[in-house]
Amino acid sequence: MTRADPLAPPGPPSAVRRVTVEPERRRSGLTLPRAVRRTIGPVAFLLAWYVASATGALPPDVLASPVDVVSQAVQLTADGELTSAILTSGQRALTGFLLGGSIAVALALVAGLFRLGEDLIDATVGMIRTIPWVGLIPLFIIWFGIDETPKIALVALAVSFPLYFNLYGGIRAVDAQLIEAGRVLGLGRVGLIRHVILPGAVPGALVGLRYALGSAWLALVFGETVNATEGIGYLMNTAREFFQTDVIVVCLVVYAILGLISDFIVRLLGRYLLSWRSSFDGT
Amino acid sequence: MTEPSVRVRGLNREFGDRRVLTDLDIDIQPGEFVALLGHSGCGKSTLLRILAGIDAEIEGVVEVPQRRAVAFQSPRLMPWKRVWRNVVLGLPGRPDRDLAIRYLDEVGLGGHGGVWPKTLSGGEAQRVSLARALVREPELLLLDEPFGALDALTRAKAQRLVIDLWRQHGCAVLFVTHDVEESLLLADRVLVMDEGRIAHEVTVDLPRPRDVGDPTFVALRGRLLGWLGVRDASARPDTTPAS
Ligand SMILES: Nc1ncnc2c1ncn2[C@@H]1O[C@H](COP(=O)(O)OP(=O)(O)O)[C@@H](O)[C@H]1O
Ligand SMILES: [Mg+2]
Repeated sequence: MTRADPLAPPGPPSAVRRVTVEPERRRSGLTLPRAVRRTIGPVAFLLAWYVASATGALPPDVLASPVDVVSQAVQLTADGELTSAILTSGQRALTGFLLGGSIAVALALVAGLFRLGEDLIDATVGMIRTIPWVGLIPLFIIWFGIDETPKIALVALAVSFPLYFNLYGGIRAVDAQLIEAGRVLGLGRVGLIRHVILPGAVPGALVGLRYALGSAWLALVFGETVNATEGIGYLMNTAREFFQTDVIVVCLVVYAILGLISDFIVRLLGRYLLSWRSSFDGT
Repeated sequence: MTEPSVRVRGLNREFGDRRVLTDLDIDIQPGEFVALLGHSGCGKSTLLRILAGIDAEIEGVVEVPQRRAVAFQSPRLMPWKRVWRNVVLGLPGRPDRDLAIRYLDEVGLGGHGGVWPKTLSGGEAQRVSLARALVREPELLLLDEPFGALDALTRAKAQRLVIDLWRQHGCAVLFVTHDVEESLLLADRVLVMDEGRIAHEVTVDLPRPRDVGDPTFVALRGRLLGWLGVRDASARPDTTPAS
C-alpha cells in the first residue's frame, strides 16, 4: 500500500542540514567615532584646496585660496559691506517669500477645500508651473523695471509652486476615515477644517515649506545676478568684474549659510508642529 | 410595548447598480443589545453607516434616536490631538478636560488623557474610541467590529468592558461582528444578515456572564453557524441543530 493516510502524522523528515549561527564578534582595533569619520572628507577637501593654492597650482583668478576667502570675509564684515548686503538680500527673500507664500496658501486652501475651487485653480496652476520660472526674468524686467520689484516677484513665484502643490496635496491626502469620524462626532464644516483637515495637512505643508525656502534662495541668486545695485548678488557681480574670486566664494558661502539657517528654522517648526508624530519615533 | 429606539422599514441602498441592502427591516428596543452577524461584504457596515447618519443615499424609512455615537473597527483618533481632546472633540462649547478624564476613567484610561494617540496600544486606542462615543451620552451606540483587530486576551477584556458600560449607560447597542461566539457572549438578540436583509434572528436568553460551554450556548452557536453556512466543528453530534 503506497496510498498515504491523510490523518497519519508525516513520516520522519529527511536529514535536515543545519548551520551554526556564529555570534558576531565585535571588531577590535581602530574604530573612530562616527562624527570624526564624517569630518575627515570635508577637512581633506579644504586641505587639498589650501595646498593647491599655496603651491600655485590653483591661481587666485581661478579660485582664491581658503585663507584669502576667510580674510576677505572678515574684512567685508568689518567695513559693514557684507552685513548690509545680507540685510538687503534677506529683505528681498523675506518679502518675496511672504508674498508668494500667502498667495500659495490662499490658492491651496481654496482648491483643497472646495470642489469648485479645485476645478478652477488646480488646472491653471498646473499649466503655469510648466513654465520654467527662471525664464520669466526678461519678462519681469520689462514689466517691473530693474529695481526691487522683479526680484521680489521672482522669489514669490518660485516660492508659491512648491508650497501650493504640497499644501494642496496634503489637504487632499487627509485620511477620509478621519474626516468621516469627525463628521460623526458632530463637527461642522468649519470644525472639520480646523480640527481634522488642516492639522492633517501640516506634514505636507512643511515639506512644501522646505522646498519653497530652497527655491526662494535660488530665485534670489538668479534675480540678483541680473542688474542689482545692492545686495549679495551685487557684491558678486562687482567682484566678477575685478576677478575677485575670494569675494565670490564669500558670497556663495553666505548664500549657503542663509539656506541652512532657513532649513533649520523649518525643522524646528516641524519638530514643534509634528510633536504628535515624533513622540512615536522617539526623535 | 414601548416605542422602538430604532425602526427601519423597507430600506434599500444601491452602489451603482449593485443593491447591497434590499427591503431591510429592523427594530431595536431602548436599552437592547443587538448583535449583527454576517459574511464580510454583506452590507453590515453599510447599514451601520446609514443608522449613524453618514450615508443618506437611501430609500425607505429610517427612524433613529437623536443622540447616536459610533466606534469603528479602527479607532480613528485624530493623531494630532491629545487623548483627552479626542474624547471631547465635536462636543459643543470649550473642550472640557475633566469631562474627558471622567469618561476615560470609565474605560480604565484616566491616566492617559495627556498622551498622544500614537503612544497607545491597539486595545487602549479602541477603549479611547469607546470613551469618545460614550461621552456623547448616546441613546444608540453603534459599534462596527470594534474588537476585530485585537488579540484574543485583549478582546475578552474589551468585551467585558462593553457589557459593563452598556449596563451603566443603558443605551441601545448595535454591535456588528463576524464572530459568532462574540455575538452570543454579548447580545440580547443576534441578527444574521444575508442577501441585503435580516435573514434570521435568535434571542439569547442566558444570564451574563455567559459560558461558552453552556448547552444552550452551544446549540445557539450551531444554529448561527448553520445560517452562516459554516459547519460547527466543536459541536457534539447530539447538539447539532435541525434546521
Ligand atoms: N462607497 C461604496 N461604493 C461602492 N460599493 C460599496 C461602497 N461601500 C460599500 N460597498 C459595497 O457594499 C458591500 C457591503 O459592504 P460593507 O457594508 O462594508 O460590508 P460588511 O458587511 O463587510 O461591513 C460590499 O460589497 C462593498 O463592496
Ligand atoms: Mg464592515
